[in-house]
Amino acid sequence: MMVYIKGFWKRRFLLYELVIKGIRLKYRRSYLGIIWSLIEPILTTIVLTIVFGTLFGNKNRDFPLYIITGRLMFSFFQEGTKNACKSIRANAGMIKKVYVPKYFYPLSGILFNFIIFAISLIVLFPTSIYTKTVPTHRIWHLIPAICYLLVFTIGMGMILATLNVFFRDIEYLWNVALLMIMYMSAIFYYPEKLLKSGWFWILKYNPMFCIIDLARSGILNYSVTWWNLLYPMIFGLVTLLIGIVFFRKKQDEFILHI
Amino acid sequence: MAGKVSVKVENVSMKFSLSSEKVDSLKEYVIGILTGKQMAKDEFWALKNVSFTLEKGDRLGILGLNGAGKSTLLKAIAGVYRPTEGKITKKGVIAPLLELGAGFDMQYTARENIYLYGAVLGYNRKFIDTKFDDIIRFAELEKFVDVPLKNYSSGMKSRLGFAICTAVEPDILILDEVLSVGDAKFRKKSEKRIIDMFAHNVTVLFVSHSLEQVCSICNKGLILDHGEVKAFGSIDKIAPIYEEMTS
Repeated sequence: MMVYIKGFWKRRFLLYELVIKGIRLKYRRSYLGIIWSLIEPILTTIVLTIVFGTLFGNKNRDFPLYIITGRLMFSFFQEGTKNACKSIRANAGMIKKVYVPKYFYPLSGILFNFIIFAISLIVLFPTSIYTKTVPTHRIWHLIPAICYLLVFTIGMGMILATLNVFFRDIEYLWNVALLMIMYMSAIFYYPEKLLKSGWFWILKYNPMFCIIDLARSGILNYSVTWWNLLYPMIFGLVTLLIGIVFFRKKQDEFILHI
Repeated sequence: MAGKVSVKVENVSMKFSLSSEKVDSLKEYVIGILTGKQMAKDEFWALKNVSFTLEKGDRLGILGLNGAGKSTLLKAIAGVYRPTEGKITKKGVIAPLLELGAGFDMQYTARENIYLYGAVLGYNRKFIDTKFDDIIRFAELEKFVDVPLKNYSSGMKSRLGFAICTAVEPDILILDEVLSVGDAKFRKKSEKRIIDMFAHNVTVLFVSHSLEQVCSICNKGLILDHGEVKAFGSIDKIAPIYEEMTS
């Protein structure tokens, strides 16, 4: 164990460089650059608010805040796992030629998206001013929510990165799965109706919904359930563990398949 | 020249699967399982039971015909491949001049790439800061520091790669016929830099097809034939064997 921590510490500058590279290249040659990470969620939230608020008649004042919280968290999960999924194949040239700890590729892909996500959280301020929502002491719910989200995303990312080396189909299958997870996470509708029906388990056992609901309870000021506090943590840690073990076991075979 | 062991290769074997039907889609995999068809697995041993030890300051020339496993051996020592069997131990800083610029990003400028590639090679930021000007000057790219690499010629790219790789004072230098970088003038310069490194008691692993070059640089030789060590010893003994092999 110590060997791994030492190895990681020795190479932390490389991880930093890979993360920065992701951020720099994402917004290179766009005029607004990193400001896009703020504008984009605001614009999509406006669209979603018009569609699901105005047209579908959700007249709640804080509906935009409800949507933007879910959307920000889900889109980090989406971009992070997609990036990790492709990471080993995308860096095939480098993997074949120089030695870099292989988990750096999925990890850096997720971390750079995490930094963009962290920056984009700024948009919660103008949105809550617009909806006249005052933050309370419950804002601390955001901290576990964000930690769980990161852990779960890294775990999923490691699993997907490994699978995608052996089966290219995963990249496409995962896009479909993401769409399914999005609809199952109550991003732009209220979950009450579904929770009362026989389909409540879709939300209850979906870690993404639990994480998003935990974050929302902090921002929109409602009490948190033990379930939301514990289930996504355990789910995330187990996913991370599986991801690490699976990745480690298969990483020496990568080079034969890419 | 009895000294500390620098590189130790013990019973290293390296297996590749050259399966004629490479399964990388889920459909093929499922069909394969359902029909119970055995995946045709052509195993190919690129290295078989290779062992040798180098002491600090040894300069080893690795000789062999095409496909003998020379580059695979170097990559295994550099850490790119993990050997299927056996063990490789090495001491000190390695400068692998295997594939110059393998860590380059084409959208990045030279300045950004120096930091990125430096990090790939295991340098830290402070070290790169101190060597930055040296690297640019050696690669003769003063005018192009902030130009994206995609606009570089291939000669410029390999000059930059060479300059970054050789910015360290390595303990072990791995050379894969890279002495022919750039134009004649730069080649002289790069050769001089490598010869200067020899003076610092560096361990060298050098792959070349030119026996003449190997004889002039190396004190030890290793002949690989279809992945196996055919001969290992001082270069004076190895050279005639290789000459006989190739004639």
